[in-house]
Amino acid sequence: MTPPVDDFPCNEFVELVTEYLEGALPPAEVVRLEDHLAICGGCASVLDQFQTVIRLSGRLSESDVGALAPSEREPVMAAFRTWAANRN
Amino acid sequence: MRVDFSDDATLVDALRSGDETAFGWLLDRYHAPLRRTARMYVPTDALADDVVQETWVAVVRGIDGFEGRSSLKTWLYRIVMNQARTRGARESRTIPFSSAPGAFTDGAAPTFEPDRFRPADDRTGPDTGGRSLPRLDWEHQPESRLLGAETLALLDDAIRALPPAQREVVALRDVDGWTSAEVCHALGLSETNQRVLLHRGRAKVRSALESYFESSRSQ
Repeated sequence: MTPPVDDFPCNEFVELVTEYLEGALPPAEVVRLEDHLAICGGCASVLDQFQTVIRLSGRLSESDVGALAPSEREPVMAAFRTWAANRN
Repeated sequence: MRVDFSDDATLVDALRSGDETAFGWLLDRYHAPLRRTARMYVPTDALADDVVQETWVAVVRGIDGFEGRSSLKTWLYRIVMNQARTRGARESRTIPFSSAPGAFTDGAAPTFEPDRFRPADDRTGPDTGGRSLPRLDWEHQPESRLLGAETLALLDDAIRALPPAQREVVALRDVDGWTSAEVCHALGLSETNQRVLLHRGRAKVRSALESYFESSRSQ
């Protein structure tokens, strides 16, 4: 068995990480890229890091859940009430 | 009985009929993310609070005119982004956004500087675990460190420091978890341009985290 030919340069891979993750690459390109990933620890680590960046970014919105403090809620609710009362 | 307002048509009908529980549901769900979005455009928390208050007033006034051509979520974000851009421009005189000229030439740096690579056939150096790019190892940080408040604060700063067009796309896709179709629709971008902005933004954020982990390791 001959080893696979790796014709995928690392500097090209790093520019295609997002396209790869988005499923935007043509299937033949995906095969070449995954062959390269299988033998290149450097590029595999770049892929891992992009995935980590995405995962950590998602954590930034976690503090958004939960009800508003009354001091924030009341003025806006009052605007809604006024609008509702005056619309007819 | 709790009503589920996750269906836009139900929610919009309830809002138009003056249903306070519907408006309260909307506030609880969107106030914090809208404020976070606003804060990306304006220099202080107080200004972001103002922008979101103005947004809610605009929502109340505009709900009768909502035509349902986009989702209510997209409509809300468009209002807050427009208000925040206007306010941010007034405060700091920066205007460029994804639709503005310069959006695609701003910050078009390579993902890695060329000197990070060595020729693929160079086998003279130590085995670095990669073909021409050495293996990077900050994903081996302990999970507690990765998810620590300090790392997340740095990540937040790195996203805010992005050129505006990249910042908008990264925030909506990676922070708020929007799909690429939603982002393209809300920002008026093609799929290709959206991916370019997303990749450049992610690359810069990755780089910022790398510098952070490396500087703290050498201490």
